[in-house]
Amino acid sequence: MAGTSEPNATVARVDVALQGIEHAWLATRDGLATLSVAVAQLGAALAALKGAGFESATLVTAVDRLPRAPRFELVHQLHSLAHGARVRVKCTLAEGQEAPTCTHLWPGAAFMERECFDLFGIVFAGHAGLKRLLMPEGYEHHPLRKDFPHHGIEPDRLYREWDQQRRADWHPEGAR
Amino acid sequence: MSTQVFEYARGGSGRLADGTWSGSSAPLDADDPLHGEVMQLNMGPQHPATHGVLRLALELDGESMRKVEPDVGYLHRGKEKTCESLGWAKFFPHTDRLDYVQPLLNNCAYALALEKLAGLAVPERGQVIRVLLMELSRIAAHLIYLGTTAIDLGAVSIFFSTFKERENIYTILDAYTGHRMNNTYVRIGGVFADVDEGVEGLVRAFLARLPAEIDGWERMLTGNRIWYDRNRNVGILTREQALAWSLTGPNLRGTGVAHDLRKAEPYSGYEQYDFEVPVGTVGDCYDRYLVRVEEMRQSARIAGQALERLRTTRGAEFLAEDRRYVLPPKDKVHTSMEELIFQFKIVTDLRLPAGEAYHAVESSKGELGFYVVSDGTSAPVRCHIRAPGLMNVQAIPLLAEGRLLSDMVALIGSLDFVMGEVDR
Repeated sequence: MAGTSEPNATVARVDVALQGIEHAWLATRDGLATLSVAVAQLGAALAALKGAGFESATLVTAVDRLPRAPRFELVHQLHSLAHGARVRVKCTLAEGQEAPTCTHLWPGAAFMERECFDLFGIVFAGHAGLKRLLMPEGYEHHPLRKDFPHHGIEPDRLYREWDQQRRADWHPEGAR
Repeated sequence: MSTQVFEYARGGSGRLADGTWSGSSAPLDADDPLHGEVMQLNMGPQHPATHGVLRLALELDGESMRKVEPDVGYLHRGKEKTCESLGWAKFFPHTDRLDYVQPLLNNCAYALALEKLAGLAVPERGQVIRVLLMELSRIAAHLIYLGTTAIDLGAVSIFFSTFKERENIYTILDAYTGHRMNNTYVRIGGVFADVDEGVEGLVRAFLARLPAEIDGWERMLTGNRIWYDRNRNVGILTREQALAWSLTGPNLRGTGVAHDLRKAEPYSGYEQYDFEVPVGTVGDCYDRYLVRVEEMRQSARIAGQALERLRTTRGAEFLAEDRRYVLPPKDKVHTSMEELIFQFKIVTDLRLPAGEAYHAVESSKGELGFYVVSDGTSAPVRCHIRAPGLMNVQAIPLLAEGRLLSDMVALIGSLDFVMGEVDR
């Protein structure tokens, strides 16, 4: 197995793969090849990268930069084992703006996109079965957003509703 | 519900190209009241074989699983959100509680990500101590895998034997770090305190005994007819599937891909250690078992080499000296005003440079990565935990659908996940 290839080699390989797709390289603290694309071209860029040998999606996540607009940064990090190369693809999303799914390219991204939808409220267009992953069904908030307080919003509402329903079911005449 | 004819073909691979199923049990007889009926079954969240609070919503036709849907989140504690409110330094104890069978590996992965963000180098002795503890943790985690998977498949005595050895590791970790579990021993820039060299004898005795113990377990399992039948050709993954489904670690290596982050992207000085990366050939549960067993032997080799390095670096610095990020030694905190102020500043108000960094380590479950984003203030912008266990859970339907319900137990064991890390 090849070791980590030079960031420059990765940049050159990605530049070839992304011909015709507007992208800009960003500087990062960890030196991992990081580029930004517009959300309209994200789907095409990811498909081109898959074609260029990035056979595995390491992570799909988001960063909420709330005072900034647009507020969300969507992060895809891809890995090519054969080339020992990693690339990070970032695009910005406004609230309510949809991102294209990449589950048809990497089925393993399905849970990651569900988590992103669950915790940030980002909708992935084309995702089959986009629903909450970690928070319970019926929960109305997106906890990793910066305007969500750490102590939670109505943290026990679902439990209280369930408990009331349970009592109503067991004691329909209101004995307790 | 329309009736469908199932072929009796144990060892088949599930869904066929024409949409039918193979690998099913014999269909229920036409006069059976349940003939053609699909049964919904919840496996978990309190089922002992799901290794934690995992719920699997199953659709059963007779004994074969038609549809499997993992439901996670029962142990979600909002770790990533907690990091944002606690700050970088105070999040270390929370990393222990991710994959709680290998706290030191989690500590190291988090510390390495922060060090990458800060551009901080760890002194050699600090790296050696980390490698030694990481490898002991890996053995402990694989012992849990082996013991629990064996007990799930009916081999109860293996469990006692592996947990006895795991107890010995915890005794060593207790002597080194002061805690059996949830060690919180690693710090930004190195480790909390220098290790007690008097423990070396304990580690040497353990490492000398371990290979013989592993041989004993292998004698009980590897050639065991029941173990072989329950694991061989169950849950076959191809290389392409494993990569597309983001699987890493022993699950990926079981398919024959010799990818190990300790070799491919060395950290903490792993390039200086001599060890092999075991791979499988078929990619089934049996291969994953063989890979993990061999990994324990290789981890013991690495730990032995780390002990030698510990001897040659005796007395050297184990913590980087950079008062912007690294805690001062405790004895200086008690005697020096400046160091006390540094201690206070770092604990309450640790600021990392603005930017982002990703660092992944080879944990016992696969690629454990931390993606950290800072804006230069003491409040973290984002700390994303790339949990290998979540990907392992995601692969359950891929491997289980079309197979017998009893194979599920072998699959859950061999994919190997810990719900603390899956749900975070």
